[in-house]
Amino acid sequence: MPRPGGLAALALVVVLLPLALPNNYTYEVAILVGLNAIVCVGLNLLIGYAGQISLGHAGFFGLGAYGSAILTARYGWPPLGALAASLGAVGLLAWVVGRPILRLQGHYLAMATLGLGIIVSIVLVTEDRLTGGPDGMSVPPLGAFGWTLAGEKAWYWTVGALLLAAVWLARNLIDSPRGRALRALHGSEVAAEVIGIDSARHKLGVFVLSAMFAAAAGALTAHYAGFITPSKAAFLHSIELVTMVVFGGMASTFGAVVGAAVLTTLPQFLTVLKDYEMMVFGAVMILTMVFMPRGLVPTLEQALAAQR
Amino acid sequence: MLLSAENLCKDFGGVRALDGVGLEIEAGPVHAVIGPNGAGKTTLLNLLTGIYRPAAGSIRCRGRDLTGRAPHVFAAAGVGRTFQNLQVFHNMSALENVMAGRWLHERCTLAAALLHLPGRARAERACRAQAAGLLDFVGLEAWRDAASEAMPYGALKRLEIARALAAQPRLLLLDEPAAGLNPTETQEMARLIGRIASRGITVVLVEHNMRLVMQVSQRVLVLDYGRTLAYGAPAAVRNDPRVIEAYLGAGAQ
Repeated sequence: MPRPGGLAALALVVVLLPLALPNNYTYEVAILVGLNAIVCVGLNLLIGYAGQISLGHAGFFGLGAYGSAILTARYGWPPLGALAASLGAVGLLAWVVGRPILRLQGHYLAMATLGLGIIVSIVLVTEDRLTGGPDGMSVPPLGAFGWTLAGEKAWYWTVGALLLAAVWLARNLIDSPRGRALRALHGSEVAAEVIGIDSARHKLGVFVLSAMFAAAAGALTAHYAGFITPSKAAFLHSIELVTMVVFGGMASTFGAVVGAAVLTTLPQFLTVLKDYEMMVFGAVMILTMVFMPRGLVPTLEQALAAQR
Repeated sequence: MLLSAENLCKDFGGVRALDGVGLEIEAGPVHAVIGPNGAGKTTLLNLLTGIYRPAAGSIRCRGRDLTGRAPHVFAAAGVGRTFQNLQVFHNMSALENVMAGRWLHERCTLAAALLHLPGRARAERACRAQAAGLLDFVGLEAWRDAASEAMPYGALKRLEIARALAAQPRLLLLDEPAAGLNPTETQEMARLIGRIASRGITVVLVEHNMRLVMQVSQRVLVLDYGRTLAYGAPAAVRNDPRVIEAYLGAGAQ
């Protein structure tokens, strides 16, 4: 049974956090946390709940970002229309690619999604006429009906509201028959099938959904930053996203948010580690696996429950 | 005819595990499939639930040809099962396992799930109540909110039965329901099988425990080396010389 207080607690954090944000830079970090958390909430549905690995979600993030960027900057689309169109396109792509690769299991699925991410990343670098190549491209701001979303505070509230919406959607799904079907796949695929759950269809559905979460966060990140480079679609970013989910806690929506918060903030404050960022992520992954394989939030929950 | 199979064959890398087995399961009686180890009993169950595709032969369920279809299609046609090596969803509580079993009977679109549309909360309460009722039925009322990974073996066997019943099957296949149970638990299992049958569900069990088989079943299929050795009433099968030979060796009489 979910704790109904969870979403309210997260809302309280979002509302009260600005009191502890002294300047624009800290707002910027908080916004990045929120955007990464949206990706992780979606990715956690796939990895944590349905038990399917993806090492290519930065590819969907990048496609969402570049889709919205190219449609607005090169073709003059209104930003909201561009965002919706790239979301739909990424969903369609995930559906088409997911059909064959989700037949694979374990390492094979990991390799296939890894390949998918690398292909996306190469295309973004080489199609420089559209994407600006490795140097990236600038992106017009988000806005509609003559009004533009600008300033750190406005973005903070927008991203905060969207994060709450993402968490709300994910938790609704998990506590529905469809969510139980996904968890059943993780528990035992053959047992899920013999109670009538079409495993292929459900895996594909959650893959598409998680890709669209990533694409939405990607598009928002591009419009917020005003600039996008292919590194956001690269393999290392996929690994960062998976690390956030695993560290925060698989099959825990708040774990995904906490994982994104800790691992987005850490490199910002430990700037000395800038060149060693990937080493830090690697170390976090190893230490998590050794000392709390269930991840931070589930481990803490268990410890609290044992205290009582 | 609830489920009928003709001439079922299955090979594993050149070894013929099942060789031309046919059976007709009519609604009503409790059926048992027995045979020495390696006779092909579990292979037969896996074929009858779509987990394996037969190399030859056909399977029909209430007149519909299901040969080569996926397991979820068999489930939708009313065939449920449990597993010899347990396949419990260990990432869920006992109650959630059974609630998951109701998948085929829960009407829930993706939009309704994501947006928690009106009616979802009531549907969820109803689903929970149904699942709780089934846990009571199999005698697991004390384990309702337990994490399934914390439950003992005997309780997990019952949990699998409750989960299978949640899908409201017409036919329930039980793969060695008494394996690993002590004599008291075996007697409880025999009573549970009787109560399932009296709900109008046709039960087929694969079982080594002959006392249980003779006690609960009205039809017995004997397999040996992937072939049908005998098929009929328990008393007739028990006195069949070929069955005695397969179990005890030639010249036992």
